[in-house]
Amino acid sequence: MRYLTRRVAFLIGTLWVALTFNFLIPRMMPGSPAETMIANFHGKGQINPNALHAIQIMLGISTAPLWKQYLQYWGQVLQFKFGISYTYFPYTVTHMIAQALPYTLILVGACTVISFVLGTSLGIAAAWWRGGRFDATATTALNFSSAFPYFWFALFAAYWVSFRFHWLPLSGAFSSSISPMFNWTFVSSALRHAILPALTIVISSMGGWLLGMRNNMISTLREDYIVLAEAKGLRASWIAFRYAARNAILPNITGFAMALGFVVSGSLVMETVFAYPGIGYLLVNAVGNEDYPLMQGVFLIIVLAVVMANFVVDLLYVFIDPRVSNEGRV
Amino acid sequence: MGTTENVAPDRRTLTAHPVRTTKSTRHRRGFLAVLWANKKSRAGMLLLGLFVMTALIGPWIAPYSPYATNYAIMQTPTLHHWLGTTQNGQDVLSELIYGTRLSLEVTFVAGFGATAISIVMAFAAGYLGRWLDDILSFITNVFLVIPGLPLMVVLAAYSPVRGIIVIMAVLTVTGWAWGARVLRAQVLALRNRDYVIAARFAGEAPFRIMFREILPNMLSLVGANFLGASLAALLGAASLEFLGFGDPTALSWGSMLYWAQNSGALLQGQWAWIFAPGFCIALLGMSLILLNFGLDEISNPRLRGES
Repeated sequence: MRYLTRRVAFLIGTLWVALTFNFLIPRMMPGSPAETMIANFHGKGQINPNALHAIQIMLGISTAPLWKQYLQYWGQVLQFKFGISYTYFPYTVTHMIAQALPYTLILVGACTVISFVLGTSLGIAAAWWRGGRFDATATTALNFSSAFPYFWFALFAAYWVSFRFHWLPLSGAFSSSISPMFNWTFVSSALRHAILPALTIVISSMGGWLLGMRNNMISTLREDYIVLAEAKGLRASWIAFRYAARNAILPNITGFAMALGFVVSGSLVMETVFAYPGIGYLLVNAVGNEDYPLMQGVFLIIVLAVVMANFVVDLLYVFIDPRVSNEGRV
Repeated sequence: MGTTENVAPDRRTLTAHPVRTTKSTRHRRGFLAVLWANKKSRAGMLLLGLFVMTALIGPWIAPYSPYATNYAIMQTPTLHHWLGTTQNGQDVLSELIYGTRLSLEVTFVAGFGATAISIVMAFAAGYLGRWLDDILSFITNVFLVIPGLPLMVVLAAYSPVRGIIVIMAVLTVTGWAWGARVLRAQVLALRNRDYVIAARFAGEAPFRIMFREILPNMLSLVGANFLGASLAALLGAASLEFLGFGDPTALSWGSMLYWAQNSGALLQGQWAWIFAPGFCIALLGMSLILLNFGLDEISNPRLRGES
């Protein structure tokens, strides 16, 4: 019970810090980019006074005392009212996020699952045959891959696969000649556009899972109960999966659940390289265009997703590894 | 979650203290020697030395000035321009050599800053206080949870100026949390060792205990942390600059990649312009990883026999 209250306190605390940070930063800025932005809005035609009001509250263009602004700000956030996007006028920030979210969730979500499953299984193999040829090659290659920038690899993949050989489309989430609808033409086009970004993400993120699993599993394999299992003459595969991997996988499971939270933030760099219209691309564009309402909204959604995922992990952990709920009592 | 608490206790520290003076002089002499004796970390040292040399003597070995714009634009590699030229007619190889300095600076300044914050947070949380520990651990966990790159982008966006200082600051602010957590666990493990308790009973001041008694015994962990933070800073700076949040006029590997991408270098067949800076980043990153292997073996002698 004490564990649970601590986790709830952490959840609330983190959300509070993130939201307050989002509230304070634009107000501490010298000069007011927000005011210039509002002035620019007037050049864009009629703007709904309600929406304008929401932006003013979110960005702090107000003469009200700070505590009052803070309360108003919370009111807006709790209703998911982030105002109007400056770049995509007259669409609201919420609308833009809702449009970008499915692309990110499906593509990055699928990649996260594939990369976790592949990386962890290969990690089990590397640990089981540790010191062997597969272990040596995989570990060295992946160590090297963790040192180079992802976008560099993605650029070259795009160059060879799409530009030189025309195997797959170069950018975007679907062919520009069709509009997003739920039919076969659209879905197949979307799939073709997703293959290359997905491959680059899986290849570049698999290494972490592999190395983590390998190292945990190697230390688990040294435990006495594994020696006992071997002495009993159990089948090797039984020992590898039922005895060793089962215990060694815990840290990877935590990492996986966290990674699922990070899915929402998408992959800023991947989405930029492939001009893939997800959340990360939206954030980069918002910053590039000084679209503060959009930027604030996207950042809040990202933080919200990660913090919630983190909370769910903590709850699940009580079932996966009952030792945690005894923390502090031993 | 519990993994960081289980950091293997540093065996060396168990015996280190009764003969502290002799031990530490021997230790200081042996530190580089151990790194050099290990094949992997020797390769890392050589590679890193190469980059540091390039950064120092770059202006003398670069074939042209990186600012000269009087060559034919967008050339693929030729005999005169080994890596081709840019959209403004600058020599890519000269840019690469000059850019080494700034890239190294950003990497190590941000790595150093993040490590310094980690150490302060770790000692304040792990050694000083119960309620202070609660607060600082909470802050650390918040920074661990918030996704790094989006946070960096937002911080860079709100900053009224763009530039290399901002990049370093952003990387420092977003890079310390993991180190603080690992080091705090180590401080907690060391603070109840006999020699620390003895020092406390002998009436030594807390600061002296923290920095003269505990810190020297976790130096290899601090070093590993510095390398990790530097690697994160290197890759983070590259991403930020590539996305256009750096100072595009400053010469670094990241800004080279930004310009190459924005002038469609690959689509023009100028693969060398993109390949070279990315490859240098990868090599520098690799040198940090290799050095870390050596440090690991210093702090954890059990690893030495295995490889």
